[in-house]
Amino acid sequence: MSLTSQVLHLARRSVIRTIRQPANWITPLIFPLALMAVNTGGLDAATSLPGFPTDSYLSFFLAFPFIQGALFATVNAGVDLARDIQTGFLNRLALTPMRTAALLVGHLGGVIAMGFLQAAWYLAVGLAIGVRLESGFLGGLVIFLLAVLIVLAFGSFGALAALRTGSTESVHSLFPVFFVFLFISSMNLPRNLIETEWFRIAASLNPVSYLIEAIRSLVIEGWNGQALALGFGVCIALAIVGLTLSTLALPGRMART
Amino acid sequence: MERAIEVRGLVREFKGGIRAVSGIDLDVAPGEIYGFLGPNGAGKSTTVHMLTTLLPPTAGNAKVGGHDIVKEGPAVRRTIGAALQEAALDPLLTGREHLKLQLALHGIPRSERNPRTDELLERVGLRLAADRKIGGYSGGMKRRLDLALALAHRPRILFLDEPTTGLDPQSRSALWDEVVRLKRDEGVTVFLTTQYLEEADVLADRVGIIDHGLIVAEGTPAALKAEIGRPTVEAVPAEGTQPAALEGVFGAFGTLQPSTTGVAVRLDGKGGLADIVRALDSAQVGVTDLHLHAPTLDDVFLAKTGRSLEGSEEPDSEE
Repeated sequence: MSLTSQVLHLARRSVIRTIRQPANWITPLIFPLALMAVNTGGLDAATSLPGFPTDSYLSFFLAFPFIQGALFATVNAGVDLARDIQTGFLNRLALTPMRTAALLVGHLGGVIAMGFLQAAWYLAVGLAIGVRLESGFLGGLVIFLLAVLIVLAFGSFGALAALRTGSTESVHSLFPVFFVFLFISSMNLPRNLIETEWFRIAASLNPVSYLIEAIRSLVIEGWNGQALALGFGVCIALAIVGLTLSTLALPGRMART
Repeated sequence: MERAIEVRGLVREFKGGIRAVSGIDLDVAPGEIYGFLGPNGAGKSTTVHMLTTLLPPTAGNAKVGGHDIVKEGPAVRRTIGAALQEAALDPLLTGREHLKLQLALHGIPRSERNPRTDELLERVGLRLAADRKIGGYSGGMKRRLDLALALAHRPRILFLDEPTTGLDPQSRSALWDEVVRLKRDEGVTVFLTTQYLEEADVLADRVGIIDHGLIVAEGTPAALKAEIGRPTVEAVPAEGTQPAALEGVFGAFGTLQPSTTGVAVRLDGKGGLADIVRALDSAQVGVTDLHLHAPTLDDVFLAKTGRSLEGSEEPDSEE
């Protein structure tokens, strides 16, 4: 059986598992949008700040659900992988002729499918409530691509945590860590308008800021080459690091001969 | 004829120097049911994990289906099926989905998957529960599905690691029937670990007894019991009879044994049950109950290790 076929079967299982755990897909679809509604209501006045790049805080904040949704998908899928390790299901898979790489790619395939669904939902809701994409239809496709890449990058770290620890609790504990990265970023304000120096520096050092800014640029600016290059560059770098470390951790967890 | 399983000096050491398996040798012939008997923590599951390629050995070597477990892992996995100690199933998938995934990962062509799935579900009696999620299955149903999954790709050698632990007598009996059928009708070699004496006695052509990571006895159940050879006679004194009087009579026929209900003696060949009855009669020692116990595998274990297998457990193992 080809690697592709093995990956598709494992990804299918991952998607079925997600569908059958409503909390795993309802929360990522609803919670980020609810938080967007709250923040938009409370911070709309920020658009009056001199230099604020748009007069619609909703458009400015639309990038946030993509990142938070990716965190949810990542943690949920990482927990699923850790559970497979804890219950011995990984051993069952290891006893088949499945190639070791198929496990990781199949797992991430399920995460990506969830990321794709989330991106479509956030974009559809955004457009339905009045957000206008300055980059047009093509920009929407690029947002999709970037959203899927972000899920892949984050997902590889979720898989790494699961493979290294084999513990659902440890993977769960990643969520607050990811959340800190999300909040110490440019999610609420453009970095140049953050007055608190340590926060501005932290946001500039935080890779999540560049992911947010790349999506945001497509929504409120149009085509900003620098923001896109930084966003895609950071995302691809994170994915390479995460995938490399996960691939290295995989043989330790599947120590079959 | 090439052996189905051939093990030489197999060792597995874990962190901290704990030796779960301390150098075992064993051979299993094709079509044989080999019972691997021992208390919890004796090294049974570690051995199975090594033979099924899930755990590399620290030393020694083994061949399964003619393939080296270290150098030819993928070939070993194509040859074997395994139902490990924990019936590792996904509670969110149905029985049918499990089988289809298993068949697909084993590379069974798409056109064969549906009929093979139905055949296996029928065989293990799960046809009506096929489309229910595993979360709602009983322990026995999970074990039966586990067996079906192990058989999905028609393996020549089957590893069953404590397959009946925690099952009710009916489910246990159904699983025994299936194991016997696999050997009889399909010539499948079965490597069965168990801590149940009765299971090894009923199913196994040959038994290996493992304790502290070492095989302490091996042979057919009948041969092992014959090796111990000496039956035990146990009696309960009648009302008004002193146990000492009973012990006096029994002592002439062998070695007195501890007994929770009365007085017991392991016969040493000086006489049989009829002789004991005559001796009791002539000494006018009354008894209310008299039993002759044939040797069991537990007696074999006791003779080899100085402990009883039932209730015996190793505390410091990885198992």
